[in-house]
Amino acid sequence: MVTVGILALQGAIREHARALEASGANVKIIKRIEDLEDIDGLVVPGGESTTMRRLIDKYEMFKPLQDFAKTGKPVFGTCAGLILMAREIIGQEQGHLEVMDMKVHRNGFGRQRESFEVPLTVKGLEGEGDYIGVFIRAPYIDSVGPGVEELATFQDRIVAARQGRFLCCAFHPELTDDHRMHGYFVGMVEESKKTFA
Amino acid sequence: MVQTGTDRVKRGMAEMQKGGVIMDVVNAEQAKIAEEAGAVAVMALERVPADIRAAGGVARMADPTIVEEVINAVSIPVMAKARIGHIVEARILEALGADYIDESEVLTPADEVFHLNKRDFTVPFVCGARDLGEATRRIGEGASMLRTKGEPGTGNIVEAVRHMRLIQSQVKKVVGMSEDELMTEAKNLGAPYEILLQIKREGRLPVVNFAAGGVASPADAALMMELGADGVFVGSGIFKSDNPEKFARAIVEATTHYQDYDLIAKLSKGLGTAMKGVEISSLQPSERMQDRGW
Repeated sequence: MVTVGILALQGAIREHARALEASGANVKIIKRIEDLEDIDGLVVPGGESTTMRRLIDKYEMFKPLQDFAKTGKPVFGTCAGLILMAREIIGQEQGHLEVMDMKVHRNGFGRQRESFEVPLTVKGLEGEGDYIGVFIRAPYIDSVGPGVEELATFQDRIVAARQGRFLCCAFHPELTDDHRMHGYFVGMVEESKKTFA
Repeated sequence: MVQTGTDRVKRGMAEMQKGGVIMDVVNAEQAKIAEEAGAVAVMALERVPADIRAAGGVARMADPTIVEEVINAVSIPVMAKARIGHIVEARILEALGADYIDESEVLTPADEVFHLNKRDFTVPFVCGARDLGEATRRIGEGASMLRTKGEPGTGNIVEAVRHMRLIQSQVKKVVGMSEDELMTEAKNLGAPYEILLQIKREGRLPVVNFAAGGVASPADAALMMELGADGVFVGSGIFKSDNPEKFARAIVEATTHYQDYDLIAKLSKGLGTAMKGVEISSLQPSERMQDRGW
């Protein structure tokens, strides 16, 4: 069984834990640097990206998180997590962890009153047009580099993508009872663990 | 089909705020300090509760200029308060683009009988509650987030503690009951039966429940987390303290690491004077904000 960590500084943590456990993974809550040891993959959850970055800096977790990403273990970012993973953020001088070659637009779909849910087709998941994406003040991916695969789009905007061992989505897979996205990620972690063994 | 304003979208927004601190601000400058300190959202209002108490008279929705100024100043979500039952104030805040509306007892109620039908709105609402009956009535009306009422603007945590403990124990009681006892419990609490049933089946409240009303120190914030709050609202506590920047950062950290007592001890040092508190028993009945709404 694989162990997936959830970065637990702020945001929807319990929901991710539930979805990961339902997908057959052990869950470890990550609040400090030393918690990053002994995990096979990491989820960077939704929350407020500004707040999460401040807390990451405060606890000197920035470098350890970047190092973790370099170890070759899979990372899955949702909503704010996607923003943290992007190389470039429109309107900001610098990205955060900068592990995925993509440019993102924060709150690209507007404020809370414009937030929505919509059925999507996500490449790599079984089924077509039946995955409910919950978008809350959500970002979108404006453009991606050559190594990044688009997994889902909505209104011609990229809302889920994968670059090797990095996975991200602009919507909240943890807010529904459909655990296919988490299942997909746990699959990636299981694959990766084989190569580490 | 694209759907806006669904329960998932409204409640989900509050889920993203969990473990965080929402701070009252009265202008763009304070909003930036709050964001910089790591607040997950700000509540834009004309006066913080302590000043509302001091000023007396009728407290209304903030001037739209303040709400707009705050929206333009920060990238985190902006909440704003409407009077209980004031449909039009709530509609105005929704039109301005506020991300969450607090139908709040801190303002003078516009309706002494009816709360807003919050299901009519696309924007989500947070409401105050003192017990599970009140909490579930608000959920029944469509509130997507709850907070304890506490006693706002007093800097005294005792009422927030009372409300949080009561709600938690009432939730536990409902979860432990058999389904055939629930209707009587609904009658006793004045609670919608369907929502009690949902609580029983899921083992918890269906929406996020923050602490509010009297949080004046990092230790207060950590205490409320310890008692089971999903996060903390800080009203007068921050900008009524000597050093708001430092105070705000300390409250955010104490909330994240509420069980790390070495850390909370460290960050509580040298914060200067917290806001001056008010003993609850010294309040006249008419000064008790928590008794507004039902």
